[in-house]
Amino acid sequence: MKKQKSIMGMPVKIEVIDADVTDEDIQEVFAYFHYIDKKFSTFREDSEISKINIGELRILQSSSEMQKILALCEKTKQETNGYFDINIEGNLDPSGIVKGYAIYEGAEILRKKGFANFYVEIAGDIQVFGKNSKGKKWQVGIQNPFNLKEIVKVIKVSNAGIATSGNYQRGRHIQNPKVNQWADEIGSITVIGPNIYEADRFATAAFAMGEKGIKFIEKLKGFEGYMVKKNRQAVYTSGLEIYF
Amino acid sequence: MASVIGVFGLLVFLRQSKGNDQPIVVGKNALSIPQSTSIPTPNSNSSMMTQPIQMPTMGIYKNGTFAGNVQDAFYGSVQVQITVSNGKITDVTFLQSPNDNRTSIFVNSQAMPLLKQEAITAQSAQVDIVSGASATSQAFQASLADALSKAK
Repeated sequence: MKKQKSIMGMPVKIEVIDADVTDEDIQEVFAYFHYIDKKFSTFREDSEISKINIGELRILQSSSEMQKILALCEKTKQETNGYFDINIEGNLDPSGIVKGYAIYEGAEILRKKGFANFYVEIAGDIQVFGKNSKGKKWQVGIQNPFNLKEIVKVIKVSNAGIATSGNYQRGRHIQNPKVNQWADEIGSITVIGPNIYEADRFATAAFAMGEKGIKFIEKLKGFEGYMVKKNRQAVYTSGLEIYF
Repeated sequence: MASVIGVFGLLVFLRQSKGNDQPIVVGKNALSIPQSTSIPTPNSNSSMMTQPIQMPTMGIYKNGTFAGNVQDAFYGSVQVQITVSNGKITDVTFLQSPNDNRTSIFVNSQAMPLLKQEAITAQSAQVDIVSGASATSQAFQASLADALSKAK
């Protein structure tokens, strides 16, 4: 069963191969994403994060989930030597963590129901489990950042998270916090990791690092990456071939 | 002397000891710093290569394993443990972190990365899913439009 819906202004796709899946199972995940959007969207004036940003709510008085997300952001900042930073022009924007976190938790809803073969995707960031409808590993195409109709690489994955970070995302929304400039050295970087939460946060940080980002991914055990540079050359990590 | 190092002091120390633009890679629960102070660079003309982390040599730290103070990292407690061998920090472990997730991400301490390169070419579109950042561009516009409509 395959369902698609627009949530948080983004296309959300869920496909579950297991035969006993029902529409309600998938709707439960969609509902969870609505809940996350209401809480963390910086585009909503009434979201909890917006209340923090306008000074209506103090972080220490915010919900435990908000504090958890902010803690994960702080932790990621430390782990990436400051390249992941949610503090943008005086406002907190944790969306670099929230999307991966939401996909991960959404997939966990299906896993706890006993489903083993499915994917959950929000706007190009994906958590896959098990096999596709043909009983094979999920085939994931990496989009050409310079020609969005084109796929430049196909990887085959089973239990993994795949996230791509690029400048065309949200209209150049990723900054290099080190120099307080928009990161624009590369076209995109795709990260494959043990789950989408981990893949997404490190893809965001690696993109902010520019060309050095792929080396950062190379050093992370359990992660692989594929970087498309502006000169149409791709640089990829030494272990990526296991997914070819 | 420096038998106990709080996490912030440690991070400051690492930054100072590594130059100004090296990403410090801290594992989710642990950080493993490459033990060799002079790793040969297999491909020295590659712009991807950077210098290995230079750690202070003999005598600066006592050998052994040391836990730092529990620090209030604002979002939760953080406590690190360091291991010193031959006067050099060889491992850093988080005993406490704001979210103690069990997924371990250790720095690959093998020699320098062997990145590969290829020219991008169009592939068959016979795939189950596409990973890219483009969809969020539409999302951005949709969300912005939504926000603007609410702002009216």
